[in-house]
Amino acid sequence: MGIHRGHQARTGEWLAEKFIFLVSLSAILMVLLIFLFVAREALPIFFGQANTALVQKPILPETLDQHSPAELQAYLEITPDEYAKMTPAMLRDLLSVKVDAQNDIPEDFRNDPDAHINTTEWQYLLQPHRWNDYAKPEYIWQPVGQIKKFNIIPLIVGTLKVTLIGLLFAVPLAVGAAIYVSQLARPRFREILKPAIELLSGIPSVVVGFFALLVMATVLQSLFHYQVRLNAFVAGIALGFAVIPVIFSIAEDALTSVPRNYTQAALALGASRWQTAWQIVLPAALPGVFAAAVLGFGRAIGETMIVLMVCSASVMSWSIFDSARSITTTIAAEMAEAVSGGAHYRILFMLGALLFAATFVSNMIGDFVIHRFKQKLEGKR
Amino acid sequence: MNSVTSSQYLPESTEPPLTRHFRAEKFDFWSFFFFGLTGLATLFILGILATILLNIIINGWGGLSWHFVSTIPKKDFFDVHTTGVLPMIVGTTIRVIVMTLFVIPVGVITAIYLTEYAANTSLVTRIIRAAVNNLAGVPSIVFGLFGLGFFINFVGKNMDALFHNPTAVWGQPALIWASLTLAVMTMPVVIVATEESLKAIPPGLREASLALGATKLETILKIVLPQALPGIMTGGILAVSRAAGEVAPILFTGAAYYMASLPAHLTDPFMDLGYHVFVLSTQSPNIEQTRPILYATVLVLLMLTFALNLVAIIIRARVRKKLRALG
Amino acid sequence: MAVITLPKINLPVANAAVPPANKPFIEIENVSLYYGAAKALKNISLNLGEKIVTAFIGPSGCGKSTLLRCLNRMNDLIDNVRIDGAIKIGGHNIYAKDVDVIELRKRVGMVFQKSNPFPKSIYENVAYGLRLHGVKDKAALDEAVVQSLQQSALWDEVKDRLHSSALGLSGGQQQRLCIARAIAIRPEVILMDEPASALDPIATTRIEELILNLKKDFTIVIVTHNMQQAARISDQTAFFYIGELVEHGPTAKIFTNPGQKRTEDYVTGRFG
Repeated sequence: MGIHRGHQARTGEWLAEKFIFLVSLSAILMVLLIFLFVAREALPIFFGQANTALVQKPILPETLDQHSPAELQAYLEITPDEYAKMTPAMLRDLLSVKVDAQNDIPEDFRNDPDAHINTTEWQYLLQPHRWNDYAKPEYIWQPVGQIKKFNIIPLIVGTLKVTLIGLLFAVPLAVGAAIYVSQLARPRFREILKPAIELLSGIPSVVVGFFALLVMATVLQSLFHYQVRLNAFVAGIALGFAVIPVIFSIAEDALTSVPRNYTQAALALGASRWQTAWQIVLPAALPGVFAAAVLGFGRAIGETMIVLMVCSASVMSWSIFDSARSITTTIAAEMAEAVSGGAHYRILFMLGALLFAATFVSNMIGDFVIHRFKQKLEGKR
Repeated sequence: MNSVTSSQYLPESTEPPLTRHFRAEKFDFWSFFFFGLTGLATLFILGILATILLNIIINGWGGLSWHFVSTIPKKDFFDVHTTGVLPMIVGTTIRVIVMTLFVIPVGVITAIYLTEYAANTSLVTRIIRAAVNNLAGVPSIVFGLFGLGFFINFVGKNMDALFHNPTAVWGQPALIWASLTLAVMTMPVVIVATEESLKAIPPGLREASLALGATKLETILKIVLPQALPGIMTGGILAVSRAAGEVAPILFTGAAYYMASLPAHLTDPFMDLGYHVFVLSTQSPNIEQTRPILYATVLVLLMLTFALNLVAIIIRARVRKKLRALG
Repeated sequence: MAVITLPKINLPVANAAVPPANKPFIEIENVSLYYGAAKALKNISLNLGEKIVTAFIGPSGCGKSTLLRCLNRMNDLIDNVRIDGAIKIGGHNIYAKDVDVIELRKRVGMVFQKSNPFPKSIYENVAYGLRLHGVKDKAALDEAVVQSLQQSALWDEVKDRLHSSALGLSGGQQQRLCIARAIAIRPEVILMDEPASALDPIATTRIEELILNLKKDFTIVIVTHNMQQAARISDQTAFFYIGELVEHGPTAKIFTNPGQKRTEDYVTGRFG
């Protein structure tokens, strides 16, 4: 029959298949690269190699050879590439500049206990500290000035404040609308309502932030009469606007994928539409709705522009009517001013790495829950 | 035969037997309440949408003009006579086009692998899918950091070293890096849209092609991809409309507040609509005075992203109709 | 309980005379197929003659479609499938290691249960296989398309609209188009998996007439759950039951005087 051409004729096909496979691996590569290169810039902080203390035991130029390259890089606050480009003479110059800088520190300041602190150590990043001109221990993020304070707790608090307000606002609205659109409204309306609400996700977050800054801040202040006009409350609500379409989409999907049989069985027994929705469909779709909230959470903590445009000051306060800086806005606002390779720069990258880890985990959880939910509906569990 | 109404489990019904016609349901408070509450939620959300849109359209419409969109402004953006948003439109458009050139091939090929070649249970497939899902959830500012840490500080700097450039040409914020960062960010959108359109093609078509002696690749290229093309386009347009409005990823990777001329090379920084709105809103001294121009700029950005979204929705509806006719 | 005796059915048999014994063209030797651990085909051995119509009949799930799909190795596309044994077509084992499956499918064509024309024009549908295998000359393509459509009894209905979409045709026409598409590349064998099961009686009749015509040029194997159809158009019939071959022989004999009791039970409608 003449069918023995064999596989030689098909190498082109084999090559194409391998090529397609390799390209697909790029997704994995990208995730790895993101984590790698963000964490890379933050490594000195993680390993405690940065030292921002003003008064340090100086490394004398003469003792250049007794110190490892890593030590010198950390001390001089330069990157390994820059270090590689420098001759020993240049290094000695830099060291003597630093010695001079140390000698220039005024006497009374030298006695200030704060001046000896390496503010990038983990205890200062996480725990409150009584700084010299403060009455009691405080969490302070203030990366400018003589003594740079890098406590990240205010940022975490700020992120949580804004995110929680956003979710408290968005979740009931989005889930309520999802129930309405998928179970209670007429199918004709569903075709219009669903894309309409999803249109909200088409508004860029910079526009939502703009709207919040110009319109919402004033309106809400006249409604609630609080002091600070641009505060976490406004930012949180605006954040809610941006998160609603995400939660709505996934929740509505979950509610719709509950098989028609359940609804029809309930209705055939005489239940009303709302009883069916509330007692049958919603409990069945609960994992999906939960996942929607989790993914909404992930989206909310990652949102930058809205909070950036509304809030400016980094105040450590649990009150939602005070301003707040979140992790994302801090990175966005301060990266431009941070000296490349310096402690501030590295701490911002560290915050980025932390954020990546947090959203990674919350996304894994959300996706996992949805996966199990879909499997359950298909009868595989 | 027993009467339908006298079951031994349910209480004696006081209603007349089923042979009589049904009375209308009496008013059910909870039904109304629940219906009303969720309906209100829906209305509220739509109201928010309408408010934002109307507010911007009403306040910005007056500032729109052909002059506005076609002029390169001077450094004082708020001088009404010389202001314009042309470089921002150009910057946004170019970065989005360059992004598309990278993201569509990679995204489509990955989606083809996942749908047509991959065994669903294999570990590698699951890892790829997990990676795509995670990519979709990474905060936009982290992409900005990635662009800075990888593209600019690693790739760019090494390229400069390779070409022996005395000053940083590649190792600085540039159009190319911003576009690539956005390509990485929007890849999941393209992959998901492509996968959806590939899955919608009935398997019978692939079988018919294979039974005629086509190879898998031939089947994909000649039958599957042409069918999936509208869906791929939708994905591309969705990616574009998302990327057009994103500011956080381009903050450190190429956006500039002021440039005297349009960007000429891939290594130039660029002006951008969204970035401009951001800077103006937060650093403008007298908001009241600058309101009209601010709003006009925002309106242009909104019109751009909405036009793209609308096109995507229309194409998607047409594709659905066409595929339904295939049955 | 009274035994219900079913009357012997008088089926209109096309070829009452036993056809000449054509040399075996397809030799199925001890073939077993496993889906994972489940054995779907159990040691099937069967010889099919050249240029005749062989029907595979049997109740649902008996493996007739599965065996059919082994003949052009379409089962290779399913994960977790393992095939033991050999199938020789024209003397060559198609499951040998160096067999090019693409070439095989050029020689063994298939028509599916649900017609699946490509969303292209009628002309392009028929020309697809030809283009695939390198035919570029327009004149050659035209001639092949016309011939195939004529042979599938579709030409008269579509000759004025060759370039309109194939999806605009009726179900029966689409299936004849799929047949035209399959025969355009002149395979030696045509496999048909319940080709008329989704069609109305009139369309079914036309397909059956078509098959009777086609057997002059092609070896045809048809799977059908419609016994009367098998009796009408096939020369030989093979009866399968839960993965096993029960009986194979001339159609007339199978339906009027089967050798096995199970066969008799099936063709008289005692089960199915």
